[in-house]
Amino acid sequence: MRKTVIPFGPQHPVLPEPIHLKLTVEDERITEAIPNLGYVHRGLERLADVRDFHQMIQVVERVCGICSVIHALCYCQGVEEIMGVEVPPRARYLRVMWSELHRIQSHLLWLGLFSDSFGFESLFMQFWRVRERIMDISEATTGNRVIVSVNVIGGVRRNPDPEQLRWVLSQLEWVEEEVRRLENTMLEDYTVKKRTVGKGVLTRQQVYELGAVGPVLRGSGVAQDARQTGYAAYGELHFEPIVEIDGDCYARSKVRFRETLASIDLIRRAVNRMPEGEIRVKLKGVKPPKGETVSRVEQPRGELLYYLKGCGEKTLDRVRIRTPTFANIPPLLVMLPGHYLSDVPVVTLSIDPCISCTER
Amino acid sequence: MFKMTPNIMRNLVVKKSTRMYPAQVRPTFDKVRGELINDIESCILCGTCAVKCPSQCIAVDKKVYTWTYDPFACVYCGVCVDTCPVKCLSQKTQYRPPTGERLIITLQGQPRKKDKTKDKGSEKETPPDQEMEKDASAETPEP
Repeated sequence: MRKTVIPFGPQHPVLPEPIHLKLTVEDERITEAIPNLGYVHRGLERLADVRDFHQMIQVVERVCGICSVIHALCYCQGVEEIMGVEVPPRARYLRVMWSELHRIQSHLLWLGLFSDSFGFESLFMQFWRVRERIMDISEATTGNRVIVSVNVIGGVRRNPDPEQLRWVLSQLEWVEEEVRRLENTMLEDYTVKKRTVGKGVLTRQQVYELGAVGPVLRGSGVAQDARQTGYAAYGELHFEPIVEIDGDCYARSKVRFRETLASIDLIRRAVNRMPEGEIRVKLKGVKPPKGETVSRVEQPRGELLYYLKGCGEKTLDRVRIRTPTFANIPPLLVMLPGHYLSDVPVVTLSIDPCISCTER
Repeated sequence: MFKMTPNIMRNLVVKKSTRMYPAQVRPTFDKVRGELINDIESCILCGTCAVKCPSQCIAVDKKVYTWTYDPFACVYCGVCVDTCPVKCLSQKTQYRPPTGERLIITLQGQPRKKDKTKDKGSEKETPPDQEMEKDASAETPEP
C-alpha cells in the first residue's frame, strides 16, 4: 500500500511543548514513528561551568517548570552526599511534603491535559480548578507558585508553623473530596474508556526491556518506584508503589489518578510525623564538593537521575541530567505503530511528555 | 454514560471558579516573594547580593556607590534577601505591575561614614540601551 509521511508536531493543539514525530501512515494506520527533538534546548548543564554550586539550585529548578522542587531536591541530595552533609529530620519531612505537592499538581495538570487530548474539555477544566488549590498551598508555604526555590544544600529555606501545616491539611481534605468526585468520570465514563482502553499497549516484558520509567512502567505491572529507595523521609513513611497491569493508556491514567490520592495520603503522614527542630545545617567550614555521585529521585513522570562531579572548586565539573521523558520516548515509538492517526494525541500524551525537561 | 452530569448540575449552583481580574484581585499570602526593595540608606554596598544572585540581575559599583537592579532578569528566588548582612533588602508580597518598557533601577548610595547624616537615595529610570551596554560589560567573560 502507498505510504504517506505525516508530521505530528512540533506545534500541535494537544502538545504543550514542541516534539516532532514523523509518522509513516498506511491508510490511516501508523507503521513507523521517528522522533525529532531539539526545539527547546537551553544548555542548562553547561551553566555549571559559570555558576557556583549554590547558584546551580536555581538553574536546575528551571529544567522543568512542573516539578522544579524535585529537580532541586535531587541536585541538593547529590551535592550533600559528596560534601558529607547530614540534613536535619524536619527538613527531610518538609522536602517530602513539597515533593508530593508538586506530584499532585503535576498529575492533576496531566489528567486535565489528557482529557483535553480526547476532547473532554469540561473535565479538563475541573481538574485544573482543583489544581489551583495546590498552587495556593505552594504559594503560602514556600513563597512562589511553581518554581518555589525552597531547597538549599543542607536543608530547606522555609519553616511552616504548626498552624500553617493544619491549614495545609484542611486544604488537602477539600482537594481529596474534589478529586474523588471526578473519579467516576475519569475512570468509568464510557467515552473516556472508549478512547483509552486498549490503546498503546505495552507488555511487562516490553517496558522492562525498553527501559521505561514512572507511570508507564507501573502501568504495565512492574512495581518500581525510586521512592522505594527511601530518600528524604520516604523510608520512614511506609511508601508503596501503585501498580496497574493492563499496560494501556487507561492503566497509565489510572496509575496517575491513584498516585494523586496516594500523594495526599503521604503528605498527611509526613505532616503528622514531622519532628520539631532545625531545618538547615550551616555549611561553615565544609569544603566545596570534591568527588562524584549519582542521585536518583522519583519525579511525577518517573525516575530522575543526576550525575554530579566536583573537583573541590566553587563550580561543579559536570552536571548530567537524565530526565524521565527521555527514557519514555523509546516506549512511545513502540506503542504508536498499528494505531489510527486519530489515536496519536492520546497515546503520545499518555507518557506525559515534558520536552523542556528532556532537552534541558 | 452520564457520569459527568452530577458535576455539571452542581456547577450550576456553586460560585464561579474564576474571578474578574483586575476588578477583583486575590489577596496575597504572607510570605510571598514579590517585588524586591532595597533600603539604600542602610545599604553598605558590600556586593554580597550581586555575588550570590543566580541570575546576575544585581550590580554594585563600589567606586561610584550605585546599586543597580534589573527586575526583568530577576527570578525572585530571594537569595539576596537571605544573604544580605544588614537586612536592607526586602520583598513585598505584591508582584511588580506589568510594563511595556524595560526598566532598570539604579539607586545612589553613600560612602560609609560613622558620623554621616542621612541622605536620600534616589530612584531613577535610565535609558535602556545605555544600561544594556553597561550590563554587558559588567558580565564576566565566559571561558
